Amino acid sequence: MITIEELKRIKEEQRPILEKRLIEQGNVNINEDGSIVLNGDYYKKQVRIALKNCGIIDPNNIKEYIAVDGYFALANCLINKKAKDIIEDMKASGLRGRGGAGFPTGRKWETAFLYDADQKYMICNADEGDPGAFMDRSILENDPHSVLEGMAIGGYSIGADKGFIYVRAEYPLAVRRLRAAIDQAKELGLLGNNILGTGFNFDIELRLGSGAFVCGEGTALIESIEGKRGMPRTKIYRTAHKGLWEKPTIINNVETFANVPVIFQKGVDWFRSIGTEKSPGTKVFALVGKVENAGLVEVPMGTTLREIVFDIGGGTQNGKEFKSVQTGGPSGGCIPANLIDTSVDFESLDKIGSIMGSGGMVVMDENTCMVDIARYFLDFTVDESCGKCVPCREGTKRMLETLDKIVSGKGEEEDIEKLESLSETITLGSLCGLGQTAANPVITTLKYFRDEYEAHIQDKKCPAGACVDLVEYFITDKCIGCGACARACPVDCISGAKKELHVIDQDRCIKCGACMEACPPKISAVIKR
Amino acid sequence: MEFVFDREKNKEKIEELEFFIAENKDMPGILMPALQETQRIFGYLPLEMLQVISRRLSIPMSEIYGVATFYSQFSFIPKGENIISVCLGTACYVKGAQKILEEIEDQLNIKAGNTTPDLLFSIDSTRCIGDCSLAPVILINEDVYPRLKTDDIKGILDKYRKEV
Repeated sequence: MITIEELKRIKEEQRPILEKRLIEQGNVNINEDGSIVLNGDYYKKQVRIALKNCGIIDPNNIKEYIAVDGYFALANCLINKKAKDIIEDMKASGLRGRGGAGFPTGRKWETAFLYDADQKYMICNADEGDPGAFMDRSILENDPHSVLEGMAIGGYSIGADKGFIYVRAEYPLAVRRLRAAIDQAKELGLLGNNILGTGFNFDIELRLGSGAFVCGEGTALIESIEGKRGMPRTKIYRTAHKGLWEKPTIINNVETFANVPVIFQKGVDWFRSIGTEKSPGTKVFALVGKVENAGLVEVPMGTTLREIVFDIGGGTQNGKEFKSVQTGGPSGGCIPANLIDTSVDFESLDKIGSIMGSGGMVVMDENTCMVDIARYFLDFTVDESCGKCVPCREGTKRMLETLDKIVSGKGEEEDIEKLESLSETITLGSLCGLGQTAANPVITTLKYFRDEYEAHIQDKKCPAGACVDLVEYFITDKCIGCGACARACPVDCISGAKKELHVIDQDRCIKCGACMEACPPKISAVIKR
Repeated sequence: MEFVFDREKNKEKIEELEFFIAENKDMPGILMPALQETQRIFGYLPLEMLQVISRRLSIPMSEIYGVATFYSQFSFIPKGENIISVCLGTACYVKGAQKILEEIEDQLNIKAGNTTPDLLFSIDSTRCIGDCSLAPVILINEDVYPRLKTDDIKGILDKYRKEV
């Protein structure tokens, strides 16, 4: 059994070794207050709480985590705080769930704390499935102990001695790192029985997903751990009342747990000084798409989209015109360029029809077709709808068919109305978050980019030049008649004599773009319109 | 396609699974980990092993089937050693990819989406893989075969047969 003195000894022993290694690596700054931050402009404008150890400590070595004050928050809670105090602190901190919905963590924990039960559970939701989002994966792979410590603090406060981490099977490295971390923590006595001699027991077990996006929904996740089909439950009870095996259960996201130890290390006031009044702290975003510096970005809540996309992300690639930024994955919405000064917090994003979501942030430029993007997300939802609620199962399919029609140039006037009506039904008639938000990509693109829908339907044109069926390839008079395009054409629809202007037969063209690729860059005679 | 599950050949694997079940029999919610373990050991979920799970854990086959079909990572048929992906994108399609696919299906005597009984080949049809100027194209594992004619197929398949 480890004692607090032993924990301090490990820290003192390991800290100089860690600092020496980091100085040799030369990619970090060690500040006077002992905090360690990564070097470079990209990180300068960020405030890292959930990611604070990522890229700094060795995730396979628990001693390095201890060297950066790891497990001291747990020790302090177990030795000096009552369960009730921890819940009060969590409520005072104002931390809100980072999985997307933003429910206050302290209030959630309090609900489970107040129910009397012989068994309670703490679950970490690591079933991160939004396309383009990898915040949780990065935390699990680079700083797994912060999640374990957060879970143990939560377990102590609500009275749970058992925790589960539900990880998607597509993250094999995260699974390996977590397994190793749990083993090391058990070996040192920081998980298991009688932690730090306080009599508190807490064990964590890993459960793997098997490729079902809907299992990221709390009740579906619980069903899956119970060994059933991952279909959301009818929400008669909160899971904090009756969750896993009908016992009080708290489910929090990876990033939420990673925030917990830091709050207890540095205090509630410090945490509240970052971010906004209603959304304190930071949020991690996976900044991807057509942006210059893609990567993980952690910024205080209330930072504007402009600061994230342009100041940190460096704007769009190749100087293309910025069109939109999409937040919240398949549940979120597309925010147009004129709202780029919106601040990023739960309320502001909600107000303009998008959501915070788990943190996916996809940048789109002038070449992205917004109808096609809506179609892409719908395609995803149709695949992942569990089938329990008819409006979601059938409605999303009908919406996808309608969008398919529009992007292939067969759209009709009444299609927009049909999409709007289906959106409303699916949103109102679904049990879980997947269905309730499935129409958001369509609703927001219809709201902010209606002209693009109309161009597809009325003029049979795709303004972004992205929808294959609506573009034409055309050879301009820059053509020198080299014949490269004709040779590349898979359907032999380009004709022309040597050294003379070539012509594409539009009726036979399949719009594969091979001719445009084959045309020598110096000539660039083939254009798309 | 029926796969004959060879109990003799799979003796050690069966023991491994039986051991896992015996060790974890009382774990609540054991079905998912048991299916994941089966998939890991055998590469798919053999019917015979699902029956073992059903008996050992007293879970009806209907329920196991329900769970196994819900999650996309579980498969009831084994994947072949060599995975043939036939591009059915527009360019390949107009260049006769359908004929190429049919030729492969005839040669291997299975339909797309299936695996040969000797577990040597699986056939998948895929969306455009972006090699339109080389159409029609197939992929075997990571190797690209461009500008195919039906006559080429036999020789290409033989190459993979010889390697084994």
